[in-house]
Amino acid sequence: MLWNLPYLAVVIITVIGLAAILLKKNLIKMMLGINILQSSANLFLISLGYREGGIAPIYTLAPSTHMVLPTPQALCLTSIVIGLATSALMLSFAVIIHKKYGTVDLDQIRRLQG
Amino acid sequence: MILEFVWTHAPALLVAIPLLGAFLCPVIGKISRTTRTAWVAGIMLVSAIVAFILASRVLTEGTVLYSFGAFDPTLTIPMDSGGIPIRIIFTVDAMSAFMDIICATVGFSAIAYSLSAESRNSGLEGYYTLFLLMVCGVFGMVSTGDFFNFFVFLEILSMASAGIIAYRVDGGVAVEAAIKYFVLSSVGAIFVLFAIGIYYGQYDALNMAVIASRIQWSTLDMIALVMLVAALAMKCGAVPMHFWTPDAYSMAPSSATAFLVVASQASLYGLFRVLFTFYNVTLNAATMGWIIIILGVLSMVVGVTMAIPQKDVKRLMAYHAVSQTGYMLLGVGVGLAVLGNQPLMESFGYMAMSGGVFHILNHALYKGLLFLTAGAIFYRIGTRNLNKMGGLGHNMKWTMIFFIIGALAIAGIPPLNGFASKLMIYESVFIFNPVLAIIAMVVSILTLASFVKVFHSIFMGPQLPEYAGVKEAPPSMLLGMGILASLAVIFGLFPDLVVTTLVNPAVHALTDQGAYIASVLGGA
Repeated sequence: MLWNLPYLAVVIITVIGLAAILLKKNLIKMMLGINILQSSANLFLISLGYREGGIAPIYTLAPSTHMVLPTPQALCLTSIVIGLATSALMLSFAVIIHKKYGTVDLDQIRRLQG
Repeated sequence: MILEFVWTHAPALLVAIPLLGAFLCPVIGKISRTTRTAWVAGIMLVSAIVAFILASRVLTEGTVLYSFGAFDPTLTIPMDSGGIPIRIIFTVDAMSAFMDIICATVGFSAIAYSLSAESRNSGLEGYYTLFLLMVCGVFGMVSTGDFFNFFVFLEILSMASAGIIAYRVDGGVAVEAAIKYFVLSSVGAIFVLFAIGIYYGQYDALNMAVIASRIQWSTLDMIALVMLVAALAMKCGAVPMHFWTPDAYSMAPSSATAFLVVASQASLYGLFRVLFTFYNVTLNAATMGWIIIILGVLSMVVGVTMAIPQKDVKRLMAYHAVSQTGYMLLGVGVGLAVLGNQPLMESFGYMAMSGGVFHILNHALYKGLLFLTAGAIFYRIGTRNLNKMGGLGHNMKWTMIFFIIGALAIAGIPPLNGFASKLMIYESVFIFNPVLAIIAMVVSILTLASFVKVFHSIFMGPQLPEYAGVKEAPPSMLLGMGILASLAVIFGLFPDLVVTTLVNPAVHALTDQGAYIASVLGGA
């Protein structure tokens, strides 16, 4: 039961992130929701990769030849970098929207319709 | 010598050339405008040539494998790895080669077109960088055999697309469209990442062939399938997740819109890859097939009904793009519904899938062409509002001819390419379920009606005084449109040639899960 706690946390964080994206009316808060969702994906990958008593694959220092393949950690790093690029791009969009529309309220950012 | 090098390393070059070209573009652009133009056109031409070389290699030798970092690129499983492909492997089968050809053709036409279409704007280094990154993203997505790699290219593609949609800020409206697109694609991509985590947790692999060989159809697999289908159907613009398409397609610069069509088809490719290569017969084919068919029918009907009242010409075309995506989903969905039942597959399943896959190619050609003609009109008269246009047939004769070709092709009028694939879909779907075929035909008629209206309001009527001085579009724009238009006519006149050389191998590569696994893992 205790082993599943990280996965429970993943589900909770995912729900918080999705709720922020769907319910928040502020553009910045919605973007934070996407960041939260990304963190939950990272946590998911990391908890998948955890092996109790595992040894990092540093060949010169490892006490035995049984080591943990660090693929999930590598995936997580890549995903963090992608998340950084995503946030940067979205925040720059928010800056332009605030400059042109004078608001970050999603109810007022509705010039495209039909 | 150099040809041999390209022949061996084509899958790597396919991604490397546009990626390198994209990031060198701002540097080269510092020298002069002409060098930048030559650089961009050259890079796109070289990538297109590499794509065609790769496709010819795939069609003659079968699936091409490329392991990155390996001494011998074809060595997928190293000796000491215990039978697991640990490297990133590009698996280019006939379906990937098919998508590569689409990307190369439309990408080249759109670049040729944009050389004069965008010449009046500033910040073009950024524009071409983003464009080449999109090309890189599509090539990578359709060629890769590693699922995490697929996610990375998906993100490259959606970031570059969002940037290019927002490129012409247009008082903030284009940025609004880009936000809509980007929020949806980021959320979708995160769910793809969750699905990757689920596969990795269960099967200890990221390679698509290994996942496919071990797939179980457990509860977790079902969750992963739902996440992937929702995310990728959203990215390809199927109803009910289509609402980003009209905004993004109408606000992006026209040459980029033509390529955005290919970008959403890369997601469609991902969807088919997941359904057929990962799951194939392990999933409940009839249920899943019907889900895809219903998505398709909804897209067809909702897309075309939303298109009819539009006033903005690009928005109207974007809704038609949603509607045409429905045909592809319908054709392939019918194939999926009877998957595993060999007699039914022989009698109409393969044909329905061929129709759906052939329609991807045709759609990329004629929809790209239509968006380019809309861009040419916008370039000359500066409005996209249909009510303000009229009588342009007097001044823009070539654009009018290209528009007619595109409009008749999308409506499925013989002898153009849209007819060839739609006929295959009608015939085979009619055997499966006549009602679906009738809906598809009615949607085609509505499409024709809508385009007759558009054609009339843009080109017909007396010459309007405010457009008396309007000239024909510049030559490089006509070249871009001409390539797509002539291909649309040729594919319409000789559909058998295309179907037997390109489409049928692609369909068999999709349905034959065993061959895909064997090509990577070896053995029977």
